[in-house]
Amino acid sequence: MIKAYKIAISFLIFLLFSALGFAQQRFPKPDFESGYVPPETQVPSANGVWMEYLDVFIFILLLSLFSYFILKKRSRKFVIWGGVFSVVYFGFFREGCVCSIGAIQNVALALYDSSFVLPLTVIVFFLLPLFFTLFFGRTFCAGVCMFGALQEVVIYKPVKISSWLQKALGAIPYLYLTFAILFAVTGADFIICKYDPFVGFFRFSTSPGMFAFGVGLLLLGMFVARPYCRFICPYGVLLSWVSQISVKHLTITPTDCIQCKLCEDACPVDAIAKPSENVKPESKGTRRLIFIFVLIPVFMLLFGFITSRFYEPLSMVHPQVRLAEEIALEKKINTKPASVEAVAFNSSGMNSAELFKLANEIRITFYRGSWIAGLFLGFIFGLALLQSSRFKRNTIYTPDKGSCVGCARCFRHCPVERKEG
Amino acid sequence: MDRRKFLKTGFQAAAFISIASVGGYLAHQTLNDELVWQIDPYKCTQCGRCADSCVLSQSAVKCVHVYKMCGYCDLCGGYFVPQAKELNTGAENQLCPTKALKRTFVEKPYYKYEIDEALCIGCAKCVKGCEAFGNGSLHLQVVQSICKNCNQCSIAKVCPSDAFVRVPTNKAYLLKSGWKG
Repeated sequence: MIKAYKIAISFLIFLLFSALGFAQQRFPKPDFESGYVPPETQVPSANGVWMEYLDVFIFILLLSLFSYFILKKRSRKFVIWGGVFSVVYFGFFREGCVCSIGAIQNVALALYDSSFVLPLTVIVFFLLPLFFTLFFGRTFCAGVCMFGALQEVVIYKPVKISSWLQKALGAIPYLYLTFAILFAVTGADFIICKYDPFVGFFRFSTSPGMFAFGVGLLLLGMFVARPYCRFICPYGVLLSWVSQISVKHLTITPTDCIQCKLCEDACPVDAIAKPSENVKPESKGTRRLIFIFVLIPVFMLLFGFITSRFYEPLSMVHPQVRLAEEIALEKKINTKPASVEAVAFNSSGMNSAELFKLANEIRITFYRGSWIAGLFLGFIFGLALLQSSRFKRNTIYTPDKGSCVGCARCFRHCPVERKEG
Repeated sequence: MDRRKFLKTGFQAAAFISIASVGGYLAHQTLNDELVWQIDPYKCTQCGRCADSCVLSQSAVKCVHVYKMCGYCDLCGGYFVPQAKELNTGAENQLCPTKALKRTFVEKPYYKYEIDEALCIGCAKCVKGCEAFGNGSLHLQVVQSICKNCNQCSIAKVCPSDAFVRVPTNKAYLLKSGWKG
């Protein structure tokens, strides 16, 4: 009776396991006679979630302190030491991930694909700097951002670069942001993380190419202030939009500007707008503005069309598309799989027709995505034209809210400040 | 209120609302935990890329041993090179390039195989052997105390079998629970 019961149980267990996909082991578990008991597998645990909460807390604290010390206390010293703390804590101690810049991709992917859930830290790191910027300007860039802080401390003798070069290089962040989002939502790659020049320093481990890139940027940053912030950073694009309409912003002078011109060369990132003296609005100006305004849809369509022509090479960034191309080629010329991916694909038991279908779907996503990316870039191009043709009424020296990173250098150039201080 | 100020306030309100709504949308499906990278051992094809694709010079991926699944074989597919001359701890017989797999006698005819984590480089040679000739009790895992938890794992990027997944920290390991035939 008992035997039948046991057989039934074991049969049930066997059924259960085979239903789960687990077959019997090749070699059954040995019956040890010496009383030996197989040990449990030991694995070191991950850092607890409390560490992430500490990160969030310090992040909020730093953002508040930076905003307070820049806008209220007008302290450059705090920007330096706060920045050093940020580099040490978020950089060397927490080793760089996740950062606000990279979080763009996670957020974009989560917005596009709702099955991709985000941890709280990623949401906070992405959104809080935007909120703070909306109220106080880009105080995040001043030094909460470890990239900003790192580049801030290496500035040695900043030179002015010509405005056409600045404008041309200033287009890179828009391109970078657009394509980073395109590659993130299609699941192809996180290019912001891949081409992160500084994270390797924090980990004392990087590829030679990225090391050279990082060192090159820091060396360049001695003379061209904050090259990553101004000419690469995709998050800076978002911050600059928000900052332009910020509720409060730092001012160069604590009281009234006396137009002494002493701060004119103070800004290393060229974010001081000079008074537009003796300049009257051009009479043709309004007509030109309307003309550009009407042209914006044309730019959008044009850019969209051009970008969408490149959807196939763009889609090759996606590993699945690359794999499909390889499998198709190998089928055509009838050879053995060459790459590790192809070998793994063959052993996975997936049908190649399925793969081709999937790759085609990804290509279609890329086609649509590249159209949207192009439309967006065209829109940005139109806005930039509008911006440069707009007459700016300006009677005093003010920070250009979009590009000012709140480094607080200009404060001590102001004689009013010195007299008071 | 003049036109400029009205526009500015309008833009500010619009920006505030859009940032808040993105935040609200993301927060409603947020995870009250951090995500870390891990290897699904049933998907892993032991290609060997874990050893040298990690951003760290010593990979965060190492081999773990699920003793409960181990057959304690004398002729271990994970320990010995194919057609090993003798079944002993001679270096020429060992599959592991760094001697990270230790073989100790338990009782006749069973041997225990342990991984010296400090020596393991995550090359998956033993995993491949164990998978091919044994119970598959040796398999790779991301060691969470070493992993820097990069936002984009550079091994996940090159993994040919999509075995890298993001898991919550309270289930940070995907240890094998049985033999999948």
